Amino acid sequence: MTTQAFLQVIASGLLLGLIYALIAVGLSLIFGLMDVVNFAHGEFLMLAMYATFGLVLATTLDPVVLMPLVVALMFVLGVSVYAGIIRYAMRAKANPGMVQIFATFGLALLIQGLAQYFFTPDYRNIANTWLGGKTLNLGGVFLPWPQIFGGAVSLAVFAGLYWLITRTDFGKALEATREDQGAVALVGIDRNRVFALGWGLGAALVGIAGAVLAIFYYIHPQVGGTFALIAYVTVALGGFGSIFGALVAGVIVGLVEALTTLILPASLKSVGVYSLYLLVLFVRPSGLFGRL
Amino acid sequence: MTQSSAAASSMSAFVASRRRQLITAFVVFALIALVPRLVTDVYMMNVLILTLLFAALSQSWNLLGGYCGQVSLGHALYFGIGAYATSILYVKFGITPWGGLLAGGIIAALIALALGYPCFRLKGHYFSIATIVIAEIGLLLFHNWDYAGAALGIQWPFTPDSWWTLQFARDKAPYFYFALGLFAVTWLVTFSIVESKWGYWWRAVKDSADAAESLGVTIFHSKMAAAAISAFFTAVGGGFYAAFVSYIDPDSVMHFRFSLLMALPAVLGGVGSLWGPAIGALILIPLAELTRSYLGGAGSGLDLVIYGGLIMIVSLTRPEGILSMIKPAVKREATA
Repeated sequence: MTTQAFLQVIASGLLLGLIYALIAVGLSLIFGLMDVVNFAHGEFLMLAMYATFGLVLATTLDPVVLMPLVVALMFVLGVSVYAGIIRYAMRAKANPGMVQIFATFGLALLIQGLAQYFFTPDYRNIANTWLGGKTLNLGGVFLPWPQIFGGAVSLAVFAGLYWLITRTDFGKALEATREDQGAVALVGIDRNRVFALGWGLGAALVGIAGAVLAIFYYIHPQVGGTFALIAYVTVALGGFGSIFGALVAGVIVGLVEALTTLILPASLKSVGVYSLYLLVLFVRPSGLFGRL
Repeated sequence: MTQSSAAASSMSAFVASRRRQLITAFVVFALIALVPRLVTDVYMMNVLILTLLFAALSQSWNLLGGYCGQVSLGHALYFGIGAYATSILYVKFGITPWGGLLAGGIIAALIALALGYPCFRLKGHYFSIATIVIAEIGLLLFHNWDYAGAALGIQWPFTPDSWWTLQFARDKAPYFYFALGLFAVTWLVTFSIVESKWGYWWRAVKDSADAAESLGVTIFHSKMAAAAISAFFTAVGGGFYAAFVSYIDPDSVMHFRFSLLMALPAVLGGVGSLWGPAIGALILIPLAELTRSYLGGAGSGLDLVIYGGLIMIVSLTRPEGILSMIKPAVKREATA
């Protein structure tokens, strides 16, 4: 194979990996904050994609312009899910881990069912966008603009998150709450408020991913499942709760997936990622950057 | 009362309560065995067979997930292995499904042991996600395995009704009795193990993994035993399912939804309890089947709404499972 074709695979894998990282980071954030795995994360992504689709239909504006609105809606969704479900799941005295798993699984099925009922199982896509259909030719390596835009947004989001967590009061409250949930109450931080904002932020982050993805990917009620497992693998590979880990793991997953297609049939492209993930986990049971 | 006589009387109370549980179980099994005499509707019969099958599967899952606290979300792998082993041995080699059930069970148990070795080092969510991923790898491999029919799967030939080939086209009652038998066996296995030393170790692992870990290698062995027994019966259930539906493909036996369907009845009914999985299956399976046939036409999604909503509500309001509503002391009894 030519160098050019190889570079093409690497570049495509890198861009996809940045989007995987963006999808995964909200999941990792919530986990780091309160030890809860949201099994409805893929459905959050799917809702954000439909929200983008619906808003584009209603306003005929470009999806890029509508992103802030989608992200705001997702923030509200995240806070509501925390207030309506997670808060109660965390109070369970018996089998708390299982209650969280199955409460969020139940939510995932519910959202999927509602999406199927209201939007039908049909595949949709957003046509006629500014970015759609355009490709950048980089010395023989072709990169579609929507994916470049997605990669850029992902990097910007990670930079923003870094700033938010290290430089703002909310970030400090977030960090303090992850360190010691009991002690923060003593210094006057309302734990529930931090958790609610954390869920809002987590959902907003996957909302950004959904809005980006909606520009170049098909939208249907099952689309969450396609990306959710990759997101769980990304988070576990990077280490639950590690923001930086999600970025590195996302890029690794994207690259490995792209490289796997060079050796295995396309239908087995995930096998490379899954095997690598298991391999890493057996050496480092808490992921690459997880706290041991 | 002296200490030793107190111990003796609590021992005899324990034996009496065990005997009572056993008698109750036999009465329940006997009553269930009468059901085919009352139900003639083929559709209802199918729902009941699936209910018993998933009661058995969930009981098997409960050994590892409920008593041992290792929340596996990848049991579809073992279910699929059982279904494929039974189908391949029967369709390609003419070996009776009974042999296939046994072979599938043994293969699944060996795979569970091989996977348990690295996986039991993983804690909590890391363990659960690893099990999902391993099952997903299995699904992808079967999708691409030409010998096993790849995505097209394996069709069982049409043959006359016979216990030898486990094929009953006209009267579904034999399937019902097979499923009941499987459920009774898994119940009895659970019943006899949970009060043995393994059972105590499992609960020790579940209640405090770190403390149990300090007891070292015995804990690891007891976890491995739970995984192997759990996988064995899950695969037997998978093999039976293949004989029952007579056609399998990767998505119809190894899809993630089967992993959920095995865990959910136990969670809804009451994890780590003797009757929780059965009660959960009794509610969940008919509900899933009936909502699918009455509301799920053309993928309307309403069945998922009801199903998902119910799972959410029960797990939030009854974290100890539905069984705890009927018998509040259930949890205490298990850890006493």
